[in-house]
Amino acid sequence: MLAKRIIPCLDVREGRVVKGTRFIDLKDAGDPVELASYYNREGADEIVFLDITASIEGRKAILDVVRRTAEAVFIPLTVGGGIDSVELMQELLQCGADKISLNTAALREPFLIRAGADRFGSQCIVAAIDAQRKDNSADSNPKWEVYSHGGQKETGRDALEWAVEAERLGAGEILLTSMDADGTREGYDIELLKAVTGAVDIPVIASGGAGKMEHLFEALTAGGAHAVLAASILHYGTCRISEIKQYLAENGLPVRPVVTGIEAYDL
Amino acid sequence: MPSLVIIDSECANLSSIYRATARAGLQPVISGDPDQITGAGAVIFPGVGSYAHAAQLLVKKGLDKVIMEVVSRGVPFLGICLGMQLLCSESEEAADKTIKGLDLIPGRVRRFPRGLPVPHVGWNQVVPLVEHPLFEGLPAGSYFYFTHSYYVDPCQSELTLSQTDYGFSFTSAIFKNNVLGVQFHPEKSGPAGLHLLGNFGKIIAEQRQK
Repeated sequence: MLAKRIIPCLDVREGRVVKGTRFIDLKDAGDPVELASYYNREGADEIVFLDITASIEGRKAILDVVRRTAEAVFIPLTVGGGIDSVELMQELLQCGADKISLNTAALREPFLIRAGADRFGSQCIVAAIDAQRKDNSADSNPKWEVYSHGGQKETGRDALEWAVEAERLGAGEILLTSMDADGTREGYDIELLKAVTGAVDIPVIASGGAGKMEHLFEALTAGGAHAVLAASILHYGTCRISEIKQYLAENGLPVRPVVTGIEAYDL
Repeated sequence: MPSLVIIDSECANLSSIYRATARAGLQPVISGDPDQITGAGAVIFPGVGSYAHAAQLLVKKGLDKVIMEVVSRGVPFLGICLGMQLLCSESEEAADKTIKGLDLIPGRVRRFPRGLPVPHVGWNQVVPLVEHPLFEGLPAGSYFYFTHSYYVDPCQSELTLSQTDYGFSFTSAIFKNNVLGVQFHPEKSGPAGLHLLGNFGKIIAEQRQK
């Protein structure tokens, strides 16, 4: 059975993890490589780096972070944030990234998704969508609008339509963030998830709103998500990945157990 | 001559395979040089992306003949993902026509049927059907990382080394004499993947002693 994936997301600025990680006993909890290795040992199924570096000069730092992480961690690694050219995608992939997450640049130039998928394969291209529920949409027929620039700018695009177009252009996965739920810790926007997973055939990763393990279960069942992205619920130590996986398994979902009992590779 | 050559198929994940094989204790070099590949003690043939593009590139660079030659010498040969698929006779990846592969393993590459989320992305269980040194020490049902839209359908069931369930059981690893192929990505499959690559290293060492 295909396992449901638990994916920690690390916000990185100029090579350092931004959101605090108060609980973890690491020498340097601000080092993305050390944190990625920690989550790898904990049983993470993938790692996502979101580069929120503002300056162009500061952007080189992420290349080094990716390179060092790929030397330490042998699970899929996704990088997103400010990627706007096939050349930059190639640079990141050569450093050891497996997938590129496209957001604002793809909204400005949708063909970037096609260009990336043609060059590197659809499995490399993740379409990240930040969606906010429209105030005036009826409860019976909700609509969501896509925002760009890290949720700062309205685009006027409908989230469902954009998801379908991203799939048509060659995206291999969708990373769907509910701006309404993000930061609330009150659960994922299940209606949004259901709407998008019902509209596309490619896997959808749910993001935004996780506060407890039940929320992840909901997103993976009622929401139809294939994977869940989690940030603060992990970073602040609300629960550990092993606990989440045990909980999901007890509730009948297939998960990849934290690997033990085969030849040890000291990761 | 180097013991293990990773064929430079110009795909994105070459460096990941290099790092993982090195981490598993092998001594890899990445090369597209026909002489170096022909003389290798073992070969890994990686690939991601489009079947047609990759097949054309092989012919253009003359690597199709090089692969045939090195395989005929009996050295351990491991195709990964698209590399595994290219070992087969043909693919239905293009809608209007079939695309010829290397035909080292008689079989067809098919698209997953409608109704399943495609690509098949994530960690799935691999169940070996026969005992083989490639899977030695790995519990049946170990999870490996997959990402693909097509799968290999071998002409003979005895070519199937392992199966994986995605709505139905498909062939996730193949073997024929010294030729091995895995649909999943051992280089991205954590400790299980490194263990499998280490097993490939043991196969190489045994072959060298013969």
